[in-house]
Amino acid sequence: MPPTLTRFFQHLTGLSLLMADTAYWAVLAPFRGKRLRVDDTFKQMTLIGVGSLLICCMVMFFIGLVLAMQTAETLKKIGGLSLVGGLVAAAVMREIGPMLTAIVLAGRSGAAITAELGTMRVSEEVDALETMGLNPVHFLIVPRVLGMMFMGPCLTIVGVFVAMFGGYLIGVFNLGIEPAIYWRKSFDMLALKDIYSGMIKSVVFAGLVSNIACYFGLTVEGGAEGVGLSTTQSVVTSIVMIIASDCLLTAIFYFI
Amino acid sequence: MISSASPFNSDQPRNGPLGPDDIIAVEDLAKIYGGRRVLDGVSFRVKRGDILVIMGGSGCGKSTLLRQIIGLQHPEEGRIWIEGREITQLTEGEFNEVRKKFGVLFQSGALFNSMTVGENVALPIREHFPNQPDMTVDIMVKMKLSLVELTKFAELKPAEISGGMKKRAALARALALDPKLLFCDEPTAGLDPIRVTEFDDLTLRLCRELGVTAVVVTHDMTSAFRIATRMILLHKGKIMAEGTPDEIRANTNPLVSDFINGKAETEVREDAEGYLRAILGEDN
Repeated sequence: MPPTLTRFFQHLTGLSLLMADTAYWAVLAPFRGKRLRVDDTFKQMTLIGVGSLLICCMVMFFIGLVLAMQTAETLKKIGGLSLVGGLVAAAVMREIGPMLTAIVLAGRSGAAITAELGTMRVSEEVDALETMGLNPVHFLIVPRVLGMMFMGPCLTIVGVFVAMFGGYLIGVFNLGIEPAIYWRKSFDMLALKDIYSGMIKSVVFAGLVSNIACYFGLTVEGGAEGVGLSTTQSVVTSIVMIIASDCLLTAIFYFI
Repeated sequence: MISSASPFNSDQPRNGPLGPDDIIAVEDLAKIYGGRRVLDGVSFRVKRGDILVIMGGSGCGKSTLLRQIIGLQHPEEGRIWIEGREITQLTEGEFNEVRKKFGVLFQSGALFNSMTVGENVALPIREHFPNQPDMTVDIMVKMKLSLVELTKFAELKPAEISGGMKKRAALARALALDPKLLFCDEPTAGLDPIRVTEFDDLTLRLCRELGVTAVVVTHDMTSAFRIATRMILLHKGKIMAEGTPDEIRANTNPLVSDFINGKAETEVREDAEGYLRAILGEDN
């Protein structure tokens, strides 16, 4: 087997085992007397959520502007300019909101998690935890994964509203759509399925990004150079996995 | 004294090789990396109250040996007993109970940079005794920090204290649960000679006062002879010599005397391939 393929399967196995271990410590272990690290989880939620809020809002605001301008061109030709708001809302809720939020999380918080855990691995802090009888997955990984899985959907919701506001600015001040009509069409075209599919996607993406970030952090080898390499691998793998899982989830929601 | 035979007599019961005075026993330990035996048939015992120093050149397997004993790696062959438990047979949960009986001081200190010195020392206490009131934990932390003379630095982060203070803070954390056993990996690495002497005196004092048995990995000969009650010299994954510091000094094996006197090896490795062959034991 080519070395690249061997490495790929090694990473896949390692990541799957880490996800299973994380699920055990997050879901089953609390029922077996191992307390969930709630304080650490809230700390991570603050770091991930508050820290990514501004950049998420900026990205989604610009996306809202772009979507409104792009859809206006086509809708003008068929006389459906009032539908701009609805199209922006549906697109960001179903697809662009969860995906771009996850990509922002991968680039900002995921990279930070990998670098932090990688440095802890290199400086023997993870070994120190183990020798104290503390499980690194319980102590380090679960708070980060839960923190990101809680904050992913929250950031997505905020991002969706910011994108809709971006679309509103173009729709009202450039295309001349009545504000009330813009908002009514926006919410009319949003189905319940759009909301829950978007939320499920954002939870899945956040779970993937956080687990990938933690996996590459814990498996760092070779000092500072290794930390840099793992951080790059973490972000690239996260983005590829976000898009691949988005394709799969979209297919599932499309056919059910 | 050249160690050749296993310290485990054939008439000894296989399930309990620890004598009444022994706290650690290692039997025929082997660690294999990529088909190469980094540790090969290593056997020794540690008696209660001893300070055993494991010495050897770079790449001889001394840190690997320590990692097997503290459970960070698993040996391919051989068995290890700590406090009457065969740790090579234990589950992770069972081994975590054994881990409460020992403390580990890592080469870099391995203090958590996101926590203060006091929080670092408090961590094992809070995690293993979650019902202890904060006041009790604070008193315990102050006691541990006073042992290493760092009481006034409890509120500082590791990045704000010197290298020597980091080592002492890490020692305080290693002693947080009043362990019977202390493992130190290159405890004096990176310290100036005065700090090395201070740290050695501290280790000796704490081991005597607290009745702690210590296993110290080092290649600092001055420090090793200052603190050791017994010594092991590893060479290419095998025990080349074992005994008291006086026995090691009196050893007639040229490799042993060259190592403790810091003489260069007769055969200088000038290329990478030769160096790798040498540390992997393939040049014989």
